[in-house]
Amino acid sequence: MKTPDLLRLATRNLRESMLRNSLTTIGISVGVASLVSMMSLGVGLQRMISVRLEKVGFNLLTVMNRGSLRMGGMGADFSQASVADERALDEAARLEIARLPGVVEAYPELRFTGEFQFADATRHGMVAGLPDSVKTTDDFNNVKGRFFSSPEAAEAVVEKGFAAELLGKSVPRPGRGMLKRMTAPPSLDVPALARDLVGKELVLNYSERVAGANGAGGYSVAPRQAGMKIVGVADIDMQSRYARTGVFLPMKFAQGLHAMQGSDLRATSAPTYNMLIVRVKESGQVQKVEDAVKKMGFGAISIQDAMRSLRQGFAVFDIFLGVFGSLALAVASIGIVNTLVMAILERRREIGIMKAIGASDADVKRVFFAEAGAMGLVGGCVGVLLGWLIGRAINAGANIYLARQGAASVEVWYVSWWLVAGAIGFSLAVSLLAGWYPASRASRLDPVEALRYQ
Amino acid sequence: MTPQPTLPPAVRTDRLCRHFQMGTSVVRAVDGISLEVAAGDFVALLGPSGSGKSSLLNLIAGLDRPTAGTVEIHGKDLARLSRDELAGYRLRTAGMVFQSFNLIPTMTVMENVELPMCFAEVERGERESLARAALDRVGLAPRVAHRPAELSGGEQQRAAIARALINRPRLLLADEPTGNLDSRTGAEIMSLIVECRASLGMTVIMVTHERALAERYARRMLFLADGQLAGDEVNGATA
Repeated sequence: MKTPDLLRLATRNLRESMLRNSLTTIGISVGVASLVSMMSLGVGLQRMISVRLEKVGFNLLTVMNRGSLRMGGMGADFSQASVADERALDEAARLEIARLPGVVEAYPELRFTGEFQFADATRHGMVAGLPDSVKTTDDFNNVKGRFFSSPEAAEAVVEKGFAAELLGKSVPRPGRGMLKRMTAPPSLDVPALARDLVGKELVLNYSERVAGANGAGGYSVAPRQAGMKIVGVADIDMQSRYARTGVFLPMKFAQGLHAMQGSDLRATSAPTYNMLIVRVKESGQVQKVEDAVKKMGFGAISIQDAMRSLRQGFAVFDIFLGVFGSLALAVASIGIVNTLVMAILERRREIGIMKAIGASDADVKRVFFAEAGAMGLVGGCVGVLLGWLIGRAINAGANIYLARQGAASVEVWYVSWWLVAGAIGFSLAVSLLAGWYPASRASRLDPVEALRYQ
Repeated sequence: MTPQPTLPPAVRTDRLCRHFQMGTSVVRAVDGISLEVAAGDFVALLGPSGSGKSSLLNLIAGLDRPTAGTVEIHGKDLARLSRDELAGYRLRTAGMVFQSFNLIPTMTVMENVELPMCFAEVERGERESLARAALDRVGLAPRVAHRPAELSGGEQQRAAIARALINRPRLLLADEPTGNLDSRTGAEIMSLIVECRASLGMTVIMVTHERALAERYARRMLFLADGQLAGDEVNGATA
């Protein structure tokens, strides 16, 4: 029997018992919908977190002393013994790392807190030194005003929230809840802030680290003051690694301040870095550079390390969701077996007639297979649509909640084309599998017996 | 004079048996029947209910397999055919007509007649024109789009005959084809069968319990009783 004839015959047969077959097909749809909604939740969450992690810097590598890494990254290392046999993360090391293949640049992570005087008021904020290269990144390519004129210029770019604070405006702060932290606070009028601030003078009070006079370790702290001109206001994404910084300074200028950093308690005279940020050309090379840096004797961590364990976690999560989603489909497939076994009983005589006029076992089998397949295909398509609608609804619900909490909208749900194709294909495969037993049973019917059946 | 090459008979059975196990007892529906039917003949199988007429016809139709003995159709032993080959035999060589018509109720007359050609994988366009011609020949041209339930008994049997003949079989097997029809309609159906046999040159084997019908239309009458051949008469009137 040719395929078009087979399909025509199968759809005709399905139409004949419309109610029963529709119910069976709805069963499959519900199964597929549950699978799709479960899987798309998994995919959506994974995507949401991945996108955020990538914003932090997917091609960045953080390098520090092994000691500080052991102490929990930012913690200070007081153990002289371990410091002594460890290589210092100094300018020579920075240059060596910068020369590694695949490395675009290696710059120190320069952050410290300062006190800012602006328009007779004093405010505390985090200061960060920026390499020139960040001006093309998402965070700084849309600075209102302009970026630094040179790496040495006494200029500052102010984060929009801090800008509002400087101007004495009330600042909506991001909340503490998990959901709020994942989302951005309501937007500020960045161009207006820039109009009010750009060109104005900002004074920074900070502590300078002064090396001991005899050069044999020890240092003192001296209060200093530096003036700078505000040149721009940056709209920094809440997920960015610069999110909690108030004022950005050009890297060379910031280094020149010799400001005392949070964990800068080492008693060495030579200038060393707390932490280096290494930018790698392609994210695929991060692992290689990371290995090379570790071989040099430094500690290194990248977002990819986090991503790797995240992916593993999500693989388990996806399997878990998939298994639960498939349960409904498994139940639905029993529905197919049931419907088709019933159909065999009902159509026993028809099968006998078909065999009497020359249908082969394979012809009869194919008719039942086609019916199971058609139910699976239609059920799969309807189910995907249903699952998508459920996803939309939950997305909308989540966003209404987020809007009430003053957070920006997110896509918790993500239905990819491979999920659509996979779900329909899976539904078809499960249906054919379910149709296998009824189909072979129908094909084995004895025609004389079947014809006797009224 | 060279001897004429002898064509094998259309049907030859040799000590053909079909026994059914019914609980502990064995029912001998067909019990050692040996017979030959010449190509182009019109044979009636007569006998009381339970004499084994239909069981014998099912064996000849390839719907059932013998317990013992052989059935040869045009020299080919059906017992040796695989299930698929047997289906092919039913599709192309033997056409069947039943007492209860056995049309598929969910299909139109046209689709019923087309169905054997679907199994034979005939192209759709050709199938339609052949089915239309066949229905035209049995006088059902205006009823092609109707479902069997909308037709009279006589019309349904005409459709069934059109379906049985659509793949041009060499053998037409009819199981009480007029059993569900009144005598006038029955006579019309019999005339149609006779007409088709003549025009297509088929062998016809018909099961009936009406001797009058057999005498009027068949050339030869085989009498069955208790699964065995009880008589073999050539009908003078139509011989």
